[in-house]
Amino acid sequence: MEYSEKVFDHFTNPRNVGELADANGVGEVGNAKCGDIMKIFLKVSDDGIIEDVKFKTFGCGAAIATSSMATEMVKGKSLEDALKLTNQAVADALDGLPPVKMHCSVLAEEALRSAIADYYRRIGKDPEAILGCSMDCAHCHETHEH
Amino acid sequence: MTKHFVYADNAATTPVSARVFEAMKPWLTEYYGNPSSLYRIGQQAKNAANHARTQVGRALNAAEPINEANDRKPGEIIFTGSGSQADNLAIRGFVEGPSNHGRKHIITSKIEHHAVLYTCEALEKEGWRVTYLDVDKLGRIDLAQLRAEISADTAIVSVMAANNEIGTIQDLRAISEIAHANGAVFHTDAVQAVGHMPIDVQAMGIDLLSLSAHKFRGPKGIGALYCRKGIVLKPSVFGGGQERGWASGTENVAGMVGLGTAIEDAVSSMDEKMSYVRRLTDRLTAGILKIPYTHFTGDPVHRLPGTASFVFEAIEGEGLILRLDACGICSSTGSACSTGSLDPSHVLMAIGLPHEIAHGSLRLTLGEQNTEQEVDYIIESVTKVVDGLRAMSPVWANGKPDLSAASNLRP
Repeated sequence: MEYSEKVFDHFTNPRNVGELADANGVGEVGNAKCGDIMKIFLKVSDDGIIEDVKFKTFGCGAAIATSSMATEMVKGKSLEDALKLTNQAVADALDGLPPVKMHCSVLAEEALRSAIADYYRRIGKDPEAILGCSMDCAHCHETHEH
Repeated sequence: MTKHFVYADNAATTPVSARVFEAMKPWLTEYYGNPSSLYRIGQQAKNAANHARTQVGRALNAAEPINEANDRKPGEIIFTGSGSQADNLAIRGFVEGPSNHGRKHIITSKIEHHAVLYTCEALEKEGWRVTYLDVDKLGRIDLAQLRAEISADTAIVSVMAANNEIGTIQDLRAISEIAHANGAVFHTDAVQAVGHMPIDVQAMGIDLLSLSAHKFRGPKGIGALYCRKGIVLKPSVFGGGQERGWASGTENVAGMVGLGTAIEDAVSSMDEKMSYVRRLTDRLTAGILKIPYTHFTGDPVHRLPGTASFVFEAIEGEGLILRLDACGICSSTGSACSTGSLDPSHVLMAIGLPHEIAHGSLRLTLGEQNTEQEVDYIIESVTKVVDGLRAMSPVWANGKPDLSAASNLRP
């Protein structure tokens, strides 16, 4: 199994690590039993722009690198644009992931959508109407493929 | 950053020693003859292979004469291409061979190497009954369970001498006594043990023993099976009849010479080398255990001198290995993420570690070439790397693990 230089870079020097005390959207997916958990903190402005984003990840090199890259890719973006981010786009931005590690990129996409869903819920909007899924059901946390 | 390189994965493989390398060279470049050929360089190669066989036999205290210049006399040492091949030949070769008189049951343990486990699983699919013995939290097999499971139908008991992940050493003598009392033969996968702890096949009552040269400073691609006189195996490879016809193929003469030299070196100064390695490992263990929420895995007393294995709460092993690699340290983990499978290593599961904890495993294995300075550098680096990974872990908060938060995610 080989990681790209970019994966190594984001794993060794991850961007946006930490928590946001004033986060208004927080999402967490995965579980410790499977060996990966991602938690994403969003600070969304009133006009729906992701002003700041941080993450905390328990997981392998690819899990940490995809968290780092995904947060980089949505920083400063509108929520609409952030929701368009696919796991494939995150993997591509890292110059690819080994096949067995693609689930890590899925987890990053899910964590982000979960945080956005949490933001909508907090402002009184039904996330399901926007995301097509509330992102908080057990199903989402269970289905990432290993 | 100062450029360090510390090899602390000696259970994965070891560097070939200078003496072994020098001993091997002429058999690659000068005396390259095929041992089956009748001219001089062929016969010289055959003699070299047989000398290596004698070295291996003596190191294990096999019965004399170990090998005759005339190799039609069956010896007890069969060279193979690897430890895995030796395991396959031992188990399948025995149960399907003429020395097994219709017995259909195999006993092994849950913490065997895959060369043994997958051979047993394959035999299970072919109709054999297999019992996988449990181990306790230190990794020692349950002798009472062995006594309860063994019967007149048990053909072979296969239990490893020492575990590759946690280093736990089994009571070989006790296992062989139980096997023999029931008319079964005893095979031990001693790939991690040979060269690191005393092995005496006669005193320990071992009928079949697998070993591999690269675990004790010999080359890769050469292993051996000790097979007690009187036991006849079914061949694993058919062909030109080499290795008593059980493992045909033109002999890896240089590899055999390398194995012979390496095992002689390992055994001749074992006490001295291993007490040095053990001191290093004790220093390493004491240093690593100062990291909070860290656990030692395996048997603290009955273990290989160079093996130290740990689990760190709230972090994952692959990240640990990669960050240690960035520090120039070679180590390994039983984390699922290192293999791409769902479960952490079967060994860590068998000793009862929860999945959540087993993902954070680290194995450091030292050898005679490591130094105290290297050990101190490993301790310093592991401490730093664990801190760094915990700082970004969502299941680590206020200086302690917060795994309950994670389990709340489960329905």
